[in-house]
Amino acid sequence: MTIEELEQIAKSVLQENEKYDYEVNVCMDLACASQGSEKLRDALVQSVEASGKKVLVRRTGCMGPCSSGPLVRVDPDEILYHHVQAGNAEAIVTSLGGAPVPTLQCDLNDHFDKQVRVVLENAGHIDPEKIDDYISRDGYKALLTALTEMTPNGVIHRITESGLRGRGGGGYPTGLKWGTVAKAGGDMKYVVCNGDEGDPGAFMDRSVMEGDPHRVIEGMAIAAYAVGASKGFIYVRAEYPVAVSRLTTALREARRRGLLGSGICGTTFNFDVEIRLGAGAFVCGEETALLASIEGRRGTPRPRPPYPAVSGLWGKPTLINNVETYANIAPIVRNGGKWFFNMGSERSKGTKVFALTGKITNTGLVEIPMGIKLREIIEVIGGGVPDGHKLKAVQTGGPSGGCIPAELLDLGVSYDALMAAGSIMGSGGMIVMDDTSCMVNVARFFIEFCMTESCGKCIPCRAGTAQMYTLLSRICDGSATMDDLDLLIDLCDTVKTASLCGLGQTAPNPVLSTLKYFKNEYIEHIVHKRCPAGVCNIQASVEVLA
Amino acid sequence: MPAFTPPPLPSDDKRWKIVNGTMRKNGFARHALIETLHTVQSSFGYLDDDSIRFVARSLRVPLSQAYGVVTFYHYFSLKPPGKHTITVCAGTACYIKGADKLIAAAEKHLGIPQGQTTSDGQISLMTARCVGACSRAPVVLCDGEVAGEMSSEQMLEQLERWAVE
Repeated sequence: MTIEELEQIAKSVLQENEKYDYEVNVCMDLACASQGSEKLRDALVQSVEASGKKVLVRRTGCMGPCSSGPLVRVDPDEILYHHVQAGNAEAIVTSLGGAPVPTLQCDLNDHFDKQVRVVLENAGHIDPEKIDDYISRDGYKALLTALTEMTPNGVIHRITESGLRGRGGGGYPTGLKWGTVAKAGGDMKYVVCNGDEGDPGAFMDRSVMEGDPHRVIEGMAIAAYAVGASKGFIYVRAEYPVAVSRLTTALREARRRGLLGSGICGTTFNFDVEIRLGAGAFVCGEETALLASIEGRRGTPRPRPPYPAVSGLWGKPTLINNVETYANIAPIVRNGGKWFFNMGSERSKGTKVFALTGKITNTGLVEIPMGIKLREIIEVIGGGVPDGHKLKAVQTGGPSGGCIPAELLDLGVSYDALMAAGSIMGSGGMIVMDDTSCMVNVARFFIEFCMTESCGKCIPCRAGTAQMYTLLSRICDGSATMDDLDLLIDLCDTVKTASLCGLGQTAPNPVLSTLKYFKNEYIEHIVHKRCPAGVCNIQASVEVLA
Repeated sequence: MPAFTPPPLPSDDKRWKIVNGTMRKNGFARHALIETLHTVQSSFGYLDDDSIRFVARSLRVPLSQAYGVVTFYHYFSLKPPGKHTITVCAGTACYIKGADKLIAAAEKHLGIPQGQTTSDGQISLMTARCVGACSRAPVVLCDGEVAGEMSSEQMLEQLERWAVE
């Protein structure tokens, strides 16, 4: 495969598409699929056949606003239809060439206008099972450019110049990590993609792997060239069967096209990727635990250093990045580091994908430029809190993150600002809570999660989270005292300081952040035996006491 | 060193050939343990002593290590599943939208705690950490099919249908 051949494929796809007057794109992502988009697609195909019109019906990945699903977009007119059922297929096909169907048309301009799509640029535009669709949108151009026109150091330089930071949540500078692996000695190196999206309430990585799998593979291949690796692994949760099947298809297609394998693009560069399935352990999102799991062992972390960049899979230098990090690589190589650097805030460059869920009108997948105010995400993109309820907090970073109160809504979204507010960027879960959520109960939920998911290797995490859970349960059922609260705060400090890995070190964050902003709720539970949100079941016992 | 000969298949059951296929594809390497256990579970529905022993011997992994892996990961089950499985997602978005109430309602209706199967082997009640369909919370998987914006009533109706099937 050469760049010319790649361009030829892209051209032939576009020529093929020109035969059609319209493209009807149907979202097949999990949320839409669970509301019948498969039947809808079949009905659209039938209606098109019956009408004799030249229409291409395409299955695509996530279009974004999942709460409006099933979604259909008609191109080139860019008309978006929401809540479409199979019964509406005929009306849509009939409308082509005339006025759109008014009852189905949705106005989400505000939702889309504030977004910038880099990672999700293809989502909703390509069939994820067709490599040629990806190639027609500049796919694999970055890989071939890197292989034929750039040195490995040149690639690393470009990534460093872009200011890209790890999208798994930690925010470590990607270029620096690549540089370390590149400098590490040895003839065997590995590239690993962390697709173990364990954060409950987040599905960005799933949508990227399902909706645009080649983007991840291309990012990994470029990384492998840059650091000198020849073998890659994608570690995916077993709970994401569709992602696994899409990636499997994508890998097969990439091999068939000569974009993976030996002597890629007539160079001496060899690279191939294998998929490894997770098996339901949150701790495997931690890099050393993930490596243990790929090696077929229990996913328990080990102390660092040595970092995986020096000694990773089977003791060899290993580069580990998150799905979204790899998804950013191809556009950076294509458009230059400066292009990326110019997006975002001072120390957080580019865009971030968030899974916006919870008590919010427009739930779904959004991609925002870094630095945008949280308020714009919640009120404009998300459409605010529904049913007349009042926003209470926004949770980011999952079990490792914290709750940002409504007062801090004017905060700009960046790694540093979120950390200063007591939360973290995390992988991209953003859960909106309103006045019906009890913050103590939310803290208990996360601690229960960490307690169950603790691998048990180190005592502060194994025993600490269990004790924290007991204390929080006592607060929730109204049997705690103020001494218990002091003990809880003490314990947070111990678990945070003394745990071996990120799971334990960050486990107290949901407690600490809710204590910081919602201490009154803790006190209400303890002193007045009352749950302000009416979630915890202590009302009954108070009445008995009275 | 003599060449390693993998142990014979435990029985004529064709599913063992699928399991063996996964191991062969990975050159009977030790690191294929989790992949192989996945194949066993997807073929047989769960992992029993015989299958764990067979996989451990075939991959030359100590039985203790194989058992350790099986019990470490939540996804692996040592018990056969019921005829139908209801899985309530307990991720954060689902929790905020009342998944705990769904779990409690299902436990009460079926008379079993989560993670168990009814005594007639008809229905298993499971919880998931997050199935990634957060925008449609609360989510329930009915035999693997995602059903979003689930109410207790809808879920109980489904359970009643299953009880007699």
